[in-house]
Amino acid sequence: MAFESLTDKLQNVFKNLRSKGRLTEEDVKAALKEVKMALLEADVNFKVVKQFVKAVEERAIGQDVMNGLNPGQMVIKIVNEELIALMGSETTEIAMQPGKAITVIMMVGLQGAGKTTATAKIAGKLKTRGKKSLLVACDIYRPAAIEQLQINGQKQEVDVFSMGTDHQPAEIAKEAIAYAEKNGHNVVILDTAGRLHVDEDMMAELQEIQSTVTVHQTLLVVDAMTGQDAVNVAKEFDEKVGIDGVILTKLDGDTRGGAALSIKAVTGKPILYVGMGEKLSDMEQFYPDRMANRILGMGDVLSLIEKAQESIDIDEDKGREMAGRMKKGKFDFEDYLESMKQMRNMGGLSSILGMLPGMGIKGADLESMIDEEQLKHMEAIVLSMTKAERRNPKLLNPQRKHRIAKGAGVDIAVVNRFIKQFEQSQKMMKQFGGGAKRGRGMFGGFPGMKGGFPF
Amino acid sequence: MSEEKKGFFARLKAGLTKTRENIVRGIDSVFSGFSTIDEDFYEELEEILIMGDIGINATTEIIERLKEQVKEQHLKETSECRQLLIDGIREQMKVDETAYDFEKEQSVIMVIGVNGVGKTTSVGKLAGKLKGEGRKVLIAAADTFRAAAGDQLAEWARRADVPMIGGAEGADPASVVYDAVSAAKARGVDVLLIDTAGRLHNKKNLMEELRKMNRIIDREFPDAHRENLIVLDGTTGQNALVQAREFGEVADLTGIVLTKMDGTAKGGIAVAIQSELKIPVKYIGVGETIEDLQKFNSDEFVNALFDVRPETENESREI
Repeated sequence: MAFESLTDKLQNVFKNLRSKGRLTEEDVKAALKEVKMALLEADVNFKVVKQFVKAVEERAIGQDVMNGLNPGQMVIKIVNEELIALMGSETTEIAMQPGKAITVIMMVGLQGAGKTTATAKIAGKLKTRGKKSLLVACDIYRPAAIEQLQINGQKQEVDVFSMGTDHQPAEIAKEAIAYAEKNGHNVVILDTAGRLHVDEDMMAELQEIQSTVTVHQTLLVVDAMTGQDAVNVAKEFDEKVGIDGVILTKLDGDTRGGAALSIKAVTGKPILYVGMGEKLSDMEQFYPDRMANRILGMGDVLSLIEKAQESIDIDEDKGREMAGRMKKGKFDFEDYLESMKQMRNMGGLSSILGMLPGMGIKGADLESMIDEEQLKHMEAIVLSMTKAERRNPKLLNPQRKHRIAKGAGVDIAVVNRFIKQFEQSQKMMKQFGGGAKRGRGMFGGFPGMKGGFPF
Repeated sequence: MSEEKKGFFARLKAGLTKTRENIVRGIDSVFSGFSTIDEDFYEELEEILIMGDIGINATTEIIERLKEQVKEQHLKETSECRQLLIDGIREQMKVDETAYDFEKEQSVIMVIGVNGVGKTTSVGKLAGKLKGEGRKVLIAAADTFRAAAGDQLAEWARRADVPMIGGAEGADPASVVYDAVSAAKARGVDVLLIDTAGRLHNKKNLMEELRKMNRIIDREFPDAHRENLIVLDGTTGQNALVQAREFGEVADLTGIVLTKMDGTAKGGIAVAIQSELKIPVKYIGVGETIEDLQKFNSDEFVNALFDVRPETENESREI
């Protein structure tokens, strides 16, 4: 395991301090020591960590510990709130010029951050919003950079403008905008070469582009895996060319992405999008609260509790009824459908698993443990049953099973396996029936899930 | 030869200037700000090492060792403590001289790593270097995924003046590897360099693809000296450790190429990796030209890292 979960560490720290009413200085300091380590392990810049921890300490000492939380969780709750406050609480969009005016966006960043890919991804994103983008190949240095942009542009069905490698980027930008005006593009995205923030000549090249054409938005592309140096990079780019926003790439890795926090803290500039995968459609809106959870490396126990609370409040009667049935081992396929629905209301199984402490750490494990695809099949199988069959699984004879398999578009073996698993979990529920916790125990032991479910 | 060495040292120093400034400035201030070796002093040291991306575990190890030595040797001066710290890291970073044997043998070098770390560039530079040493080199472009990756490598192959075997975009990279190995055997090539697609270490399928490529080389070319080099971006933080660990799971890593060491990145992750995974850093990339890939040398690395002589360029570089 790459990182010991912060929640686990905190639980160790607070083993002996369970039922305190108020956070003492001692509590807070002990907890924050672990928080500090977690933030550092997540690559948040050391100076940012120091400031942050100090601010939290001041706020946390003397606070009442909320009902149902232990002091460690209470500190985490405060830390989490402060992190979100620091990251900004709202999602931000790229600021577009009004009406039909052309918006010029310039992508900048270090080598290998993912500028060219991000350029094509943004164009695709803007296309869905009805914008017509022109991608401009301003990287005249890296071998085949232009070809890469052209191929990506083709895949996104977006026009690409290039003048080869014999013209200065500023000149290319100018020509590109003239071309865009003629051809009805309303967004021009300049894909510039990767450069080191300490390379004066290369930074001057960006300034020249800015003084030659009007650049409305300069976006810094940053690799989410960047370490302590992220702050230097962001500061230099901001000071020399001024950045309006940040795009965080390669967030589909398992890095905790502390760079996001450092950059935000140092430049104050919003993070607009995050790159989440290899496909050109894998560009997502940035959600500060999710990032805060990720950096902290804790499964968000609190929001899980909140979410569970919400969804149980809505369907409290149903939930209670279901729990009662489950205890008696009478859980049937109707209940299965119902709980699947509830689960989906809570953001899907993987999001719930991701929120669990110690489980949000390794994406690959998570993926292999639950198979959303398989869950869909299960649902299709249940939906292919008649009401009577759902209520009384004993009705299911081979003939009916064949019909169900056809209806669900799966192999008969899959249906058999599912029903068998279901019967087993029914038995299991009956066994620990009396002891099962109301409401929360309902997700235990479902088919489609290879691992146990630690509720 | 001596001129080349000097050139390397100068380049490394130039490339590491920022590294040195950052760590050393901090260290200087600690060593001069404290007159006695106490807990506060150690805590400051710890912070500085962490700031250099060395990572918490490696830092803790280094500090613990330092404490022991200070106690054993009854040291009282912070300046003595500093020398100990430098020696400690240097010792830890030492590369075995047999580490470069593959350069002289018939070998297959597979270059792997996550996206955007500089694999293709490193392959190009390595090809140029080995070619310059009179080796018969063949490059295989097994990155069939990223748009225009093959073109990029072809340009490097042209610069290094070595032949290249490629596959169409979207082709099975394992088949490219197979073809390249066959060609290498048929042509009596000394060194086969394989460039692979960038892949995040937590993508199961892509890692399996890599495992397959590795297996094919093992099976088709069992006599060759095998070298799997992971390329790590010098600016990467703690995730580089995870990368090294995960890639090591699918293909035995024999060395690290640490790239982009010419920025302000502190490169401390190299220490962390050496400390935790015992994988030696074999090469570092300190620039953009084909000569800018150099053998890693712990003495020079650490000397450059801890060079505390006040340099005038510090002022001029203050930006």
